[in-house]
Amino acid sequence: MEHIDFSLVDWSRAQFALTALYHWIFVPLTLGLSFIIAMMETIYVKTGNEEWKKLTKFWMTLFGINFAIGVATGIILEFEFGTNWSNYSWFVGDIFGAPLAIEGIMAFFMESTFIAIMFFGWDKVSKKFHLAASWLTAVGANLSALWILVANGWMQNPVGMHFNPEKARNEMADFAEILFSPTAVNKFLHTISSGYVLAAIFVIGISSWFLLKQRSVLFAKRSIAVAAMFGLVFSLFNIMTGDSSAREIATTQPMKFAAMEGLYEGSTTSPLVAFGILKDSDNPNAPNEKEFSVAIEIPDLLSYMAYMKPGVFIPGIRDLVHGNEKEGIMSYFEKIKRGHVAIKALKDYKNALKARKTDKAEQLKKMFSDPEFLNNNFKYFGYGYYYSEDEDVLKDNAHLIIPPVPVTFYAFHTMVGLGMLFLIIFILFLYFSIKNKLENKKWLYITGIIAVPLVYLAQQSGWIVAELGRQPWTIQDVLPTIASVSQVDTSTVQITFWLFAVVFTALLIAELKIMFTQIKKGPKEGGN
Amino acid sequence: MSLYKNGQVKQNIFKRVFLFYYNGFRNMPEYGVKLWLIILLKLFVIFIILKFLFFNDTLKTKFDNDKDRSEFVLDKLTDIK
Repeated sequence: MEHIDFSLVDWSRAQFALTALYHWIFVPLTLGLSFIIAMMETIYVKTGNEEWKKLTKFWMTLFGINFAIGVATGIILEFEFGTNWSNYSWFVGDIFGAPLAIEGIMAFFMESTFIAIMFFGWDKVSKKFHLAASWLTAVGANLSALWILVANGWMQNPVGMHFNPEKARNEMADFAEILFSPTAVNKFLHTISSGYVLAAIFVIGISSWFLLKQRSVLFAKRSIAVAAMFGLVFSLFNIMTGDSSAREIATTQPMKFAAMEGLYEGSTTSPLVAFGILKDSDNPNAPNEKEFSVAIEIPDLLSYMAYMKPGVFIPGIRDLVHGNEKEGIMSYFEKIKRGHVAIKALKDYKNALKARKTDKAEQLKKMFSDPEFLNNNFKYFGYGYYYSEDEDVLKDNAHLIIPPVPVTFYAFHTMVGLGMLFLIIFILFLYFSIKNKLENKKWLYITGIIAVPLVYLAQQSGWIVAELGRQPWTIQDVLPTIASVSQVDTSTVQITFWLFAVVFTALLIAELKIMFTQIKKGPKEGGN
Repeated sequence: MSLYKNGQVKQNIFKRVFLFYYNGFRNMPEYGVKLWLIILLKLFVIFIILKFLFFNDTLKTKFDNDKDRSEFVLDKLTDIK
């Protein structure tokens, strides 16, 4: 701990967060709008109505702008892995490499080929072939997301691997276990469905603007009908997968779950906090200091929500740090000591290799295949980096393994609250659409327009919960950020941080400018 | 094998693909040209400026082989008291 340059760790984290959050401005719209476009084009092909073709082309234009601006912004994350997080990149080994390689190949071949047909292929290929290309673009984009999210799921819940001490990296033991881990499945389904919700709100918001301006009314009504139906279905699906994600987090990442709920003291009757304001504190990470100043709570509901049965003990932050013998919860102090034993074993192995003590090295190597050692020590490998021989320092260090609770709590509640609001918005728009009473509803149009920035806020909040809520881990329980960073110059990371901030902001401004111009032109001019 | 289809000379697949993209780019609307300029500028910034000036893959550039990389990471991971 003494050798760690915390400034380097913080800047590297800030840079990664900045890049990931900017990248995620563009991705969800691609995921969802591609399907909405394919649905609109299907109606065109089925009915032969040229109005639907015009409509398809208009939304395709906005899709193309978003895709073009967003493309390759994710590559920078891979650069950062290699430069700023080289220890991590090496440690994860082929587990991260394989899904990312599949993603790269799929994205290149599927998206780039079929997107070209979507944009250049009108009147050059048959209607059905063009429609197939539109659907395959949507499927390709979502399959690309699958591999990235599987890799992320593994970081949240590392399964299906074996640590090779000789190579200092993890090796894939069971690809299916990684691909179908509940974390990866929930993450994929929840993330892509959130993208569908975003795209549906995007279409509704822009269509509402047309209705407000009383321009292209039929186009706007038809767009709303498709988007509201699509949005309602996937909003419900998103809530379902969000619920199963939270239940899964309660088991695999209990500290994140406690932070999401602002739960400091565990109980079998924990309430679900529907709304709450956490009290200010000088040290937001230190337990015993946080409580709600205002809270709307639903008594006893959290246990039921987390485990689908009442009366189950939900550990709070204090239980996880200090342990709870009665409930069988091991303290962070104990985990730190156990993790330290694992790191020490790896160090002894390394020293035995260097001293050419082959027998000792072999003996130590075998430990990393011993189920007892794996379960009792290696499982807590990452905690070992917070070890100190001084018991007081060790106890202080344990508090560094608590994520930033206020940010996690507020981001989670913002995401959930907005998710519910979007469900209501979809119901309202669909109801008035079916009843053909969408006209002269100024309040509804304004709601639809305001929902557009809110849906982006919900998306960003979701990632803040997922990533900030699991700090300090890059790989849950196994590797913290302090052991993941490369020894690079902090000033270089600072320079690139600001460089990214400028480049990404410029890209965002360019996207908004081009998009607003095309929206103002409307479906007739912009869509052809 | 006929060299004609619908009264026109059949073009080989590569030429057809080339013409498909060529005509697509030529008939692109104004916003499409702007987007391509942004894409090219962005790729230049990402792959030329950022990659070469700032983002060397630390382990790849520092070491010639995986064995040295493993040893280096092992040293870093076990750098504890």
